[in-house]
Amino acid sequence: MSLAKKIISGDQRALARALTFIEDGDAASERILAELHAHGGKAHLVGVTGAPGVGKSTLVNALAQSVRARGDTVGVLAVDPTSPFSSGAVLGDRIRMRDLAGDKGIYIRSMATRGALGGLSHATAAAADVLDAAGFDCVLIETVGVGQAGVEIAANVHTTIVLMAPGSGDDVQAIKAGILEIADILVVNKADLSGAEQTRAYLRSTLTMGQTARAVAGHPHSEQADTPSPGWEVPLLMTVASVGEGVDELLQSLVAHHDYLASSGELDNRQRERMRAIVELRLRNRLYTRLVQQVSQQRFDALLQAIVARETDPYSAVASLMEDID
Amino acid sequence: MSTNPIRVLIAKPGLDGHDRGAKVIARALRDDGMEVVYTGLRQTPEMIAEAALHEDVQAVGVSILSGAHNALVPRVMTQLRDKDISHVPVFVGGIIPDEDVAALLELGVAAVFGPGTRTGEIVAAVRCAVERAVAGASG
Ligand SMILES: Nc1nc2c(ncn2[C@@H]2O[C@H](COP(=O)(O)OP(=O)(O)OP(=O)(O)O)[C@@H](O)[C@H]2O)c(=O)[nH]1
Ligand SMILES: [Mg+2]
Repeated sequence: MSLAKKIISGDQRALARALTFIEDGDAASERILAELHAHGGKAHLVGVTGAPGVGKSTLVNALAQSVRARGDTVGVLAVDPTSPFSSGAVLGDRIRMRDLAGDKGIYIRSMATRGALGGLSHATAAAADVLDAAGFDCVLIETVGVGQAGVEIAANVHTTIVLMAPGSGDDVQAIKAGILEIADILVVNKADLSGAEQTRAYLRSTLTMGQTARAVAGHPHSEQADTPSPGWEVPLLMTVASVGEGVDELLQSLVAHHDYLASSGELDNRQRERMRAIVELRLRNRLYTRLVQQVSQQRFDALLQAIVARETDPYSAVASLMEDID
Repeated sequence: MSTNPIRVLIAKPGLDGHDRGAKVIARALRDDGMEVVYTGLRQTPEMIAEAALHEDVQAVGVSILSGAHNALVPRVMTQLRDKDISHVPVFVGGIIPDEDVAALLELGVAAVFGPGTRTGEIVAAVRCAVERAVAGASG
């Protein structure tokens, strides 16, 4: 039986192997993904993002239990940063997800960014597709703790949950980073801490301003998957993820957002944009690989040398390389 | 020979609340370029095996300071076997009396590291065991 068939039949060891192949860029990964593709497209893909320590893993732990209580299965991808000093990483999100252990309807995979910026790894989107094809009803993707950078998650999921916590100053940072713009659902976690109410009020006014501005500008129906949806009012919720408070309300909002996406046609848009991104990325990589195969190392090195010596420039060099290949 | 990072699970079974040693090892493995899934305190053997399965790790390290190794390690090994991943090498670190070491090795544990072991030695042992397993599988 092929690895893909085993995955579809619910074999978690096959699933785990396939995710490793994908992370490692193994030659087998394209074949697996190709075979799985027809089985995908059913899962609700959900991103959970926010600053380091805001409670993303703790929230995933609580949210996954609520999703399970409805009878749906959950796949989790938890991304942590690769060390900039070695190619290694300590992946610690599982620490907060211990309540999910022992449930066959839950699969949790930790991933390192492996040099990718933007809060995910290059393999995360494909890994989500695998979990989708494996039959998980809901796929929760926890990004790296992002402060300023990294809004890539929104282009890879259907619903983006942005987490804030009181008193950290993250709210102002987040606004500067444009992270509010990617939120389909905005959550003030650690609502048990003092200052939660102020954070909420602050976010409420910022949200209202943003929504008014968009309405006034007559924000066009953009093709970009990461622009907020017209016709969807971003809910602002409070949670205490560590005790599960507010999490059922969050699940209700998630379901409502999925219903909204489906009924407005936006779900199809987002699916199409995800697929477009996958195709474009593959195409770019393949074209680049072909170029590299056709240009000899000596020729490349010689050009580089000439650029360094200021005899030619990077732009003319690329133009001349392009002439080599077509 | 691939340059993909080795994936390792570091787990802390049992009821003692000291994970300093486990964290030091996790960091040493990371600094050697490995991806270390760290699962935290009070992991049951079932949880350890499940995490090893989900994470497709190439080695499992368990740190046991409570003295319960004779009870815990066999259960970890059984759980790994039940999940069909008994080929994954298991390392045990902690305060293990000499007379217990042989019994653990007998169970199939790859190596046992006492409190004084240099981290460099542990890192090398993990790397060596994983590379041997990879070589064995591919040829
Ligand atoms: N008081 C309080 N603490 C919380 C709450 N949610 C999470 N925490 C604590 O916040 C700390 C960080 O939680 P995590 O879930 O690890 O946060 P994270 O966003 O996943 O962190 P990174 O993955 O490292 O970016 C832990 O000590 C949690 O117990 C909450 O609602 N209230
Ligand atoms: Mg986390």
